This record gives sequence, structure tokens and C-alpha cells, in this order.
Amino acid sequence: MPSLPASLRRTIGPFALAGALILPAAVPDGQAAAPRVLRMEARDFAFFPSSFAVDVGDHVTIELTSSDTVHGLHLEGYDVSLTADPGRPARVSFRADRPGVYRMRCSIPCGPLHPFMAARLRVGPPRPFAFGLALLALAVIAGGFALYRRPPAGSSP
Amino acid sequence: MSSLDLTRLAFVRRLLVARGPQLAVQLALLAGLLIVILAGLLGTPVGSRNPATVLVWIAWWAALMLAFVPWLGRSWCSVCPLPLPGEWLQRGALLAPRGRGLGLGLRWPRRLRGMGLQNAAFLLVALFSLPVLTQPRLTAALLLGLGLLAIATSLVFERRAFCRYLCPVGGFIGLYAQAAPVALRVRDPRLCATHAPKTCYVGSAHGYGCPWQAYPPSLTTNVSCGLCLECLRTCPYDNIGVFLRPPGEDLRRAWRSLGEALKSLILLGSALVYAVVLLGPWNGIRSAAVHVGSAEWFAFAVAFLAVVLGVVPGLFLLAVRVASGPRAESGDALRRLAPSLVPLGLAAWAAFSVSFVLANISYIGPVASDPLSLGWNLFGTAGVAWSPLGGGWTFWLPPALLAGGLAWSSHRIRRAADGLQGGLRLAAPMLTLALTVSVGMLWVFVG
Repeated sequence: MPSLPASLRRTIGPFALAGALILPAAVPDGQAAAPRVLRMEARDFAFFPSSFAVDVGDHVTIELTSSDTVHGLHLEGYDVSLTADPGRPARVSFRADRPGVYRMRCSIPCGPLHPFMAARLRVGPPRPFAFGLALLALAVIAGGFALYRRPPAGSSP
Repeated sequence: MSSLDLTRLAFVRRLLVARGPQLAVQLALLAGLLIVILAGLLGTPVGSRNPATVLVWIAWWAALMLAFVPWLGRSWCSVCPLPLPGEWLQRGALLAPRGRGLGLGLRWPRRLRGMGLQNAAFLLVALFSLPVLTQPRLTAALLLGLGLLAIATSLVFERRAFCRYLCPVGGFIGLYAQAAPVALRVRDPRLCATHAPKTCYVGSAHGYGCPWQAYPPSLTTNVSCGLCLECLRTCPYDNIGVFLRPPGEDLRRAWRSLGEALKSLILLGSALVYAVVLLGPWNGIRSAAVHVGSAEWFAFAVAFLAVVLGVVPGLFLLAVRVASGPRAESGDALRRLAPSLVPLGLAAWAAFSVSFVLANISYIGPVASDPLSLGWNLFGTAGVAWSPLGGGWTFWLPPALLAGGLAWSSHRIRRAADGLQGGLRLAAPMLTLALTVSVGMLWVFVG
């Protein structure tokens, strides 16, 4: 079998290595679905707790209680929303069928820090971070090695 | 590498040399600034409904970080409304030179030159940024304060001393403008050497001497060129052009001062802290950053300054020292390697900005249609509901930007290391540092 030129191997090799890093993160897992209730409190321009994790396929119910003023919750990626008046918990249910990391934001202007009132829902294992790490590794490999050519002697660095 | 002289195109040159188009944009932005200040002081205190916060920290910030700085360098400075009233008073004219204006025209004190004041101004604003970002009155007060400071500076000192030495955003823009593919440069420096009057620096009947106190033939980076285009008007030989060039040309050179290196590290660290505070799921940190004067805020301030002045510069020094030994602290390696981190810093800020702006961009429509909360509907968007642009492909935009910046920085690190005859041995610790900072940012975005 004819071999690839050395320069091409040098370029392709690191990308293949990065691909090998990415692929395992892309393989889906087979978790059993389960009902999950996420109880959240909204107050002082923040959600408590501010970070959740569920498994892919779970039937998720978000129960939001507001302790000071009217707050909303919008789950990006799923387009799920609800509004909670003070002292009156609100619920919404959905099937967590899309793996990833999603932000939940307050959807009702509630005061100065409203734009930053957010929480986070991770569906499935932390694959986005693994993907991201592989992407960054690929960036270093590509920029620092694969696509790098030493400048000819005497040229400006 | 070759570059394209845009001002060889007759219509481009006419557009840039004529004062009318630039003045029209400046006047429009000045009117916008006045509306923003008035709305901030007198309008609704709800940040997401007030133009002061929405138009400045979402619309302007997005335009600055995603369009002006990465693609057009310091072009924002050429139309920025903040220094205009002071400059007009100083010149006694809106357009071409016309006699003498007001002001003492003193030279900026020698010991205050450099980047120290700008770095300090940036850090000062950064420490109070969360209340300023979210409260229209504070945003208006900041803009008013900077505008008045710019006027006062113009009346005491010559040229644009405020922009060059004081503006907290100016240093930021100048640093990252070095990565931009647009630059103003002299075409043939030998011609300048024979031109005794130096009209580009002292001015002529056609235009003003460089307001940024730069001597155009000596320009090697975009740091101190505000793209005001005065030198295009004053050069009698048509020897100055605006060039389209490969991005990052300025970063091939070693920086002259360690102040520039410190600035780049401060800004890289600040991008990381901003992302943690504003985008991360840590309510306690956000709460500490907003309650100015509380014990928690002082702890936040100390931690912020420790990260941007201690941890990030410390890791940089460590990386350089591990690679090249104690001699590196003499400066050469530092000055050569520090520019390599500019692409990563620019990408980190762009990634942070994208993430923040996409979630909040739908606030712009209602505010633009009804800036003074008077029930107007100027653009038919007054009733647009908030809908964040998140999820889907936009989820990967910040990590992708970050990866692009890291790839570019990695490339520059290898180049700089080779230039220092250090090869991969010198590059490896710096690559590790760049990767470490990137992983930290990544954790905030998708962790």
C-alpha cells in the first residue's frame, strides 16, 4: 500500500489523534428513564440551587418557588417556560431527550440583576465539556504543531 | 506578507479624506450618547428597559467586541462621541482648522505617559462593573463622568490626551486592535524623512496634527493610532494609506514595554473573571460583585485584583521562566512572548460577549423603539418579547471562538519561541498556560 507523504502524515496525524479524543465522547449511553423533580427557589436575582444534572430520557418536572417577586424561568434549548408568583409554586414537565448543557434564565424582568439570573441544567454525562476539551486540544495541535511551519532563517519571527 | 492599500481606490480615499461622512457619524453617535445619558438619569430604573444599559452594554459592547475591534481595529475611536465636545472646544472648530480654540495646550506630563493610568482606569471600572452594567443611573453617571473628564483634559492638555492616556476602554481597544486586518501606515518612510514640515504631526491648513500624539512614519502597530484619518488629510504627498493586511501583523513584533505585556495579561484575566461572575452558576460570587462596599465585595475586589494582577501574570512569568530560565525576566522573552496571548484574549472577550449578548439581544428592539419610555414605537419593535438566542448551534459559538483564539495564539507562541531560538522547549510552557486559561473559560461556558 503506498504510504502518505511525510508532510501530509504530520498534518493529518494530530487531527486523527484529536478525533480519537472526540469520538468516545460522542457515543450515546443507554440510561433508563426516570421521573425527576427539580425544586428551585428564586430570590435575590438568583436561582437556588443553580446547577442540576439529569439523565437523558428522564421525565423532568421543574418546581419553581419565588420568595420575593414574580420570577420566570426559561430553559434554553427546550423552550420550556414557567412563571412563579411569590408564594405560589409553579411547575412544568418535559422529557429530557436532548443531551447537553442548558441555561435556565429568568424570563420576567425582576430588577437590576435580572439579565444575569441564570441556572444550569446538564442532561446526560458531561459530554459538552469533553467535546470542548477535545476542541481546545485540537486548537493547540492545529495552531502550534500541525499547521505550523518554521519560518525560513533570517525572516522576521 | 503583502497587504492591500485601500486608499488606492479613489472612492475609498475620497470617503475617508472628506470630513462630512465622519462628522455625520460622530454627530449621530453624540446625539445617541446624550439620549442614553438622559434616559439613564431620568428614565426607568429597570435595566432591561432602559437605553443606558441596553444600548451601551448590549448593543455597543457587541458591536465593539464582535465587529469594530477584531475587524476594524481602532475604528470605533475615530467616531467615539466621548472626546468630541472637548476636541471641538480645543480646536475652536467642528471641521477643518480655523484659528485657535480654547485650552492651555499643555503637554501631557512625561511621568504619566505609558499605560499605567489606563490600566488603573480599566481596573477601577471593572471593580464596579456589575452595578454599572445593571443600573441605568450608574451607567449614565459613568458616561457623563468620562465625557466631562475628556472635556477637562482637552482644555488643559494638548490633543487627545484623554484617549491616549486615560480612557479605560482605549487601552483595551488598542491592545486588541493589533490583531485587526486593518491598519493605517505610511507608504514610503523615506519620503517622510525628506519632508521637513512634518505636517502629519504638526498639522496644516488641511487638517490637524496627529491628535493621538503619534508620528505616523514611526507607526509599527495599531496601539496608538486612533484612525482619526487626520494624517491622510495633512500629508502633502499622499504618502499615507489604510491597508488591508493579514490579521495579527502587529503581533509579530516584540513589545517595547512590559506595560503592554501587563495590560494583555490583565485583560486576559479580566475576561476569565467576567465570565465566571456574569455567566457562571455561582450566585455567591455574583452577589458579592454587586454589593459594593460590603465585606463580600471587598473580598471579591481582592480576589479579582489577585487574579488579574497576580495569578495570570504570575503564571505567565512562571511559564517563561520554566522555559528559558531566570534570564527571561530581563525582558526580551517576556516582550516577545506576551503578544502571542493577544489572539486568545480577544477570543476570550468575544466568546464572553457572544454568550452574554445572545441571551439579551432581544431587549434592544423595545428600547430602540421607545428609548424614553414615552409609549413610542419608532421601529415597530416596542412590543417584542424577550427571547434568548441560546441553545442549538449558538451553544457552541463561545467554545468555537475560544478554540479559534487558542489555535491562533498557539501558532504565535511557536513563532515567538522559534524567534528566541527556544523552539518547542520554550513554547511548551506557554502553550500549557494558554490551554489552562482556555479550559477555565470553557468550564464556565459548557462545564
